[in-house]
Amino acid sequence: MKWIVVLIMTAATTIGEVLQAAGMRRHGEIKDFRPTAIGRALTVLVRNRFVIGGFVMMAVSFFAFMKLLTLTDLSFAVPVSAVTYVAETFLAKYVLKEQVNWLRWTGASLVICGVLLVSL
Amino acid sequence: MCFSAMALTPPAQTPSPAARLRVKTWICATIVILTNVFGDFFMKRGMSAAPAMTSPLGYIATLFQPWVTVGVALLIVWQLSRMALLSWADLSYVLPVTSIGYVLVALLGRLFLHEQITSTRWAGIALIVTGVALVSGGTPQTAQPHEGVAP
Repeated sequence: MKWIVVLIMTAATTIGEVLQAAGMRRHGEIKDFRPTAIGRALTVLVRNRFVIGGFVMMAVSFFAFMKLLTLTDLSFAVPVSAVTYVAETFLAKYVLKEQVNWLRWTGASLVICGVLLVSL
Repeated sequence: MCFSAMALTPPAQTPSPAARLRVKTWICATIVILTNVFGDFFMKRGMSAAPAMTSPLGYIATLFQPWVTVGVALLIVWQLSRMALLSWADLSYVLPVTSIGYVLVALLGRLFLHEQITSTRWAGIALIVTGVALVSGGTPQTAQPHEGVAP
């Protein structure tokens, strides 16, 4: 049961975050942080299909996380989500076409190792 | 928010676009990290007092536990600030940089819950901090929305 919830949570997180990043990149840089401008940006974003898809997946991920917290400790639930780093960095390179240079690969690898050590 | 003053009145000596983007990225990343860490912290605190989540109604009821409500509010701010950050910064930059939150969770546990940080955990914290330092110093944006890619 625990691992099924983990699988649902990590798959939903990965897909959701990549969709959100793709949607926000298509929207373009947010430059104005006044409340009215943020409101205007939000009305545009609720019609962005990538952002909507991202939100649906993240809602699934959120409720899976809540369920997982009732099954295990936070010290298991949080580090296990580090699995998504590997998948998301690959998707960032091949789907979002980001330039993942050696600094980012090294940094991401160190973070994954670190998260695993913290969870031990 | 905190950037509004910057948007309205540009400073006398205008910084280069790259430097401006980096400062903006760091401010926004700080908000993303803090709302995530404290959101999760309050969620966990509230969840331990939550009723059994056996039905969809149980999940809804849990959302109205006081500490869970605070956690959810913080997590909403987290999502919005993260979306803003991703509107200009790469996902492969945002992911490692915001992972400093794992370190803050461990330190919060030590400070408020009197949890032990073992030498293994300190090693993990050191690796995360090194990884974050490596990535955060680099440029936050490589893939341009319309043209190809910047160097």
